[in-house]
Amino acid sequence: MKVLVPVKRVIDYNVKARVKADGSGVDLANVKMSMNPFDEIAVEEAIRLKEKGVATEVVAVSVGVKQSAETLRTALAMGADRAILVVAADDVHQDIEPLAVAKILKAIIDEEQPKLVVAGKQAIDNDMNATGQMLSALLGWSQATFASKLEIEGEAAKVTREVDGGLQTIEVTLPAIVTADLRLNEPRYASLPNIMKAKKKPLDEKTAADYGVDVTPRLTVVSTREPEGRKAGIKVGSVDELVSKLKEAGVV
Amino acid sequence: MAVLLLAEVTNGELSRDATAKAVAAVKPLGDVTLLCAGASARAAADEAAKIDGVAKVLVAEDARYGHRLAEPTAALIVSLAGDYSHIVAPATTDAKNVMPRVAALLDVMVLSDVSAVIDADTFERPVYAGNAIQTVKSSDATKVMTIRTASFDAAGEGGSADVSDAALADDPALSKWVSDEVAESDRPELTSAGRVVSGGRALGSKEQFAIIETLADKLGAAVGASRAAVDSGYAPNDWQVGQTGKVVAPELYVAIGISGAIQHLAGMKDSKVIVAINKDEEAPIFQVADYGLVGDLFQIVPELTEKL
Repeated sequence: MKVLVPVKRVIDYNVKARVKADGSGVDLANVKMSMNPFDEIAVEEAIRLKEKGVATEVVAVSVGVKQSAETLRTALAMGADRAILVVAADDVHQDIEPLAVAKILKAIIDEEQPKLVVAGKQAIDNDMNATGQMLSALLGWSQATFASKLEIEGEAAKVTREVDGGLQTIEVTLPAIVTADLRLNEPRYASLPNIMKAKKKPLDEKTAADYGVDVTPRLTVVSTREPEGRKAGIKVGSVDELVSKLKEAGVV
Repeated sequence: MAVLLLAEVTNGELSRDATAKAVAAVKPLGDVTLLCAGASARAAADEAAKIDGVAKVLVAEDARYGHRLAEPTAALIVSLAGDYSHIVAPATTDAKNVMPRVAALLDVMVLSDVSAVIDADTFERPVYAGNAIQTVKSSDATKVMTIRTASFDAAGEGGSADVSDAALADDPALSKWVSDEVAESDRPELTSAGRVVSGGRALGSKEQFAIIETLADKLGAAVGASRAAVDSGYAPNDWQVGQTGKVVAPELYVAIGISGAIQHLAGMKDSKVIVAINKDEEAPIFQVADYGLVGDLFQIVPELTEKL
């Protein structure tokens, strides 16, 4: 069974995003970029399926700027077998919308015929939480989002999902899309020898035009601003003082 | 213009708070039709009809909609979509599962977590864990979106909308429900609670996390947790507050033993009053707290519980 894992290059999760002074967006020049943390979890899950003998091949795909090749090398160093880079933008500030990404992924899936796609549930830059669901819709496949546990059982996948009320377990018919939540696994760090080996693994480079997908955004970003800041508060010296402050504020 | 709003119905029960907040958000856009789908949904529909600003309620009551599986619910919404300019839902996990699927089937983008409605095409939404607010204008014919409920006040009572049956749509039958693991609790629901007490990694164990729950019960508060506390198994996943967990904006938020990673702040920094209790005086949580108390939480929390 072939497993496909889409990965996205995003601002590193430890870096606080800064809005550009002219309100045109978030400054990404000279900012540390990494693989989207949820996508790392997805890559890890796919590799574990291969280690268990369930998956035969893990293919990582990234849609974005050419620098996304670095993100794919990380996936290869973790253990993916090969990678496909789809260059769809020149400017690192241009985000390719989930709908366009899903259309490109669908075209790749039509060629590659994987039985399972494991994706991150959300990218921590645009916070859309959409690509997996959209891809599933375009393919007419089943979807199991926000997964905290995944078991392949023959022609089906049993997936435990993190939902508002707790956990829900569903069974989806393969082929299927699974999106990874935080507790699905703890991704490994790539070892130095594996980072060296990853440089020799195949990485195909394509463009959005190769798949005939128009990546023109449907949503135009009119402006980007900082959220309203909170006024600096005070430190209190004791529980008594805290209680009296809370009473003054009328919240207890 | 007309709005179709997927009401939040879980096991036959209407989540009034989430639904009424979404109604309030989209009421300026046009007549609001609520869709209540579920294996049992009629009682929820009758209750939803009373929400102020609802023009009409559609009921889709059938076993296929029982566990809000994405494929049948999305197919249902798409079958109704032709009559509406906007298709919306409160940004719950159920809706986040369904709405992007609906959008892709309609060949439109989804707008996730909308925090303000500017006009029929223009919306605000937080990005980068809430460190930036984007104003976006959609060029799509149909706007499909989820509403960040913490950004809106719930619509009141007083409506008397007509309730009628929606035609059911074919079930793609691609997935089936196996089981739910839901903890019953008498505490207020996290996203609608007026007060929230949250604990972090510093609690150290599931047993010690109980002091958070005791304080919460004293305050009549919901219990929240940081990602670290959930990852460590001190608290269940549905208590997680943050960028990818729940977003809350209560009157009072008490963060205990939580350092204040940006991902956590994204889920609670719109709270009215924030209290932070942490032994590290440099912890970033103090930068957003109205009242900070530096010290050992194992001494402070029991004392606070006693003195409230």
